[in-house]
Amino acid sequence: MKRSAFFSSTLCWALVGLVAIAVTPLLVHYDIEELKKPLLERQSYLLHVLSLISIYTILAVGLNLLMGYAGQVSLGHAAFYGLGAYTSAILTAGPSLAQHLSPLLALPIGIVLTAAVALLIGMPCLRLRGHYLAMATLGFGWIVYIVMRQWSNVTGGISGLTDIPKLAVGGLVFDSDVKWFYLTVVSAVLTMVLSANIIRSRVGRALRALHGSENAAATLGVNVAYYKVLVFVIAAALAAFAGSLYAHKVNFISPNSFGFLISVELVVMVVVGGMASVWGAVVGATTITLLFEWLADLGQEYPAFQDMNGVAYGLILVVVMVFLPAGLTVGTRDLLLRWFRRRRPVPVPQPAPREVTRV
Amino acid sequence: MSILLEAGKVRKIFGGLVAVNGASFTVRAEQITALIGPNGAGKTTMLNMISGVFPPTDGWIHLSRKPIHHLPPHKISARGIARTFQQVELFANMTVLENVMVGRHLRSRGNLFTAATRLGGANREERRTANDAMTYLEMVGLAEVAGEDAADLPFGRQRLLEIARALATEPYLLLLDEAASALSTREKKDLVELIFRIRQSGVTIFLVDHDMDLVMDISDHVIVLDHGEKIAEGTPAVVQRDERVIAAYLGEEPVGKSGE
Repeated sequence: MKRSAFFSSTLCWALVGLVAIAVTPLLVHYDIEELKKPLLERQSYLLHVLSLISIYTILAVGLNLLMGYAGQVSLGHAAFYGLGAYTSAILTAGPSLAQHLSPLLALPIGIVLTAAVALLIGMPCLRLRGHYLAMATLGFGWIVYIVMRQWSNVTGGISGLTDIPKLAVGGLVFDSDVKWFYLTVVSAVLTMVLSANIIRSRVGRALRALHGSENAAATLGVNVAYYKVLVFVIAAALAAFAGSLYAHKVNFISPNSFGFLISVELVVMVVVGGMASVWGAVVGATTITLLFEWLADLGQEYPAFQDMNGVAYGLILVVVMVFLPAGLTVGTRDLLLRWFRRRRPVPVPQPAPREVTRV
Repeated sequence: MSILLEAGKVRKIFGGLVAVNGASFTVRAEQITALIGPNGAGKTTMLNMISGVFPPTDGWIHLSRKPIHHLPPHKISARGIARTFQQVELFANMTVLENVMVGRHLRSRGNLFTAATRLGGANREERRTANDAMTYLEMVGLAEVAGEDAADLPFGRQRLLEIARALATEPYLLLLDEAASALSTREKKDLVELIFRIRQSGVTIFLVDHDMDLVMDISDHVIVLDHGEKIAEGTPAVVQRDERVIAAYLGEEPVGKSGE
């Protein structure tokens, strides 16, 4: 194993990534008025979209742990995203509360509460085999959505909650797109690193093993039910974290951001990017978020294209499943690797030539 | 030699079907014991109950005099029983080495927190687990393909990998379910040699197999099931001469000795 080579290349990529993140706000387009302001106060649509992509990346990475690695399907993941967002919003700006909490407190409360709910749902259905979780989460998603719409005096009903305060850490208030860009990107990268670490560990192997064969995993000592519940709770907690960030970033939430279509969107992100790949989740989140924004633009210009998201998701799912079943990331990587290897022969030590297309 | 595993009046009923009907037998430590019988005799059902895949309907199973028949499979694994599967059940989404590393699950430490943050010597533990796993791959002769995907191995080597993975749990008792089926003559010879080496290392072996020659060659003790009931047991020589066994395999019912 070439451990040192691996680490140096990781370090190298990390540095490149950091520099890229740091300079992005300098490169994206601002209008003249904005340029007169100091960097951290500037607003930009592109940075806003990059923040959204980062938030969706957190969601997709979490869901990928559950779906891609452990092989359990959640069809109501937007509900956990919504629980995080609504907990944050209600605690910091809810009409039903006389005293409001600071966002910094509301965020961890949202995560813990959502994790507890996931534990309650996960425990009974993950003891069973088969697609009980998919069914249970599907139902749960609808229930949460309906509660958001109907419990008006707490959730604000269909019109949602407004004036959610900006996140503030000490004196640092996240009140510009540049600041949010940094916060969300760092959060997303952190999520990716932690989840990649989990995958390459005893816990991660247990998750992948139960995906491969529950019987075999169990007879090797893996407590299958425990690990299934664990990964479900992690995915839900990450979704709540993303939801809380979203609420404090856009300062306005309504039930439509957390409905069934969003759950489908999240599944599509994971499948399109590629199951069982951390980078796949990022690629999926990026592709689908950009598509979403583009469709929204298109819908404004040509009303016929409004509400085309569902159609687009369906189409993408089918096309990816047929032509790139491993997802965009792995599919493209394999193509690139093949191309690279043809130009630059692999050094000898690796034994079987058949192994070449894998890493 | 002492008794390692003891099954008493074990019954398993699936709906209306009686798969195992009150079988009692013992497996002695550091021996090779074989469970044979015609198709549908209940052999694999027996292995599934011993390894905890499902519990018996009735009866008991003791390992070293302690009851295990009520335990889930991961706890039975912790008590020291490992197994392979008739339909090889490798983790196809993982490498050969990673498959065996899963076998080290209970022999290594690390939780979600140490995994995510790499604190508490997690990387060291990870390397140790990989090294340990490698020794089991060396034992079955798969060290040079450690980095390949398990699904890419030829069938015979998948069988060996499953054995390495089971041994990685450091069991007292290894259950082999049809380990020789669909292997070439050469592969069978290697398997027999491996089974002897495993026994030599102090692991007791309980195997289910169709291959009579192989079973009679290597077993110290043979138990014969037919229609879920034990019809004979003893040394290979004794069992081979038993009329009920011969009848069961030839499909005839000897007069006055109904198999039902």
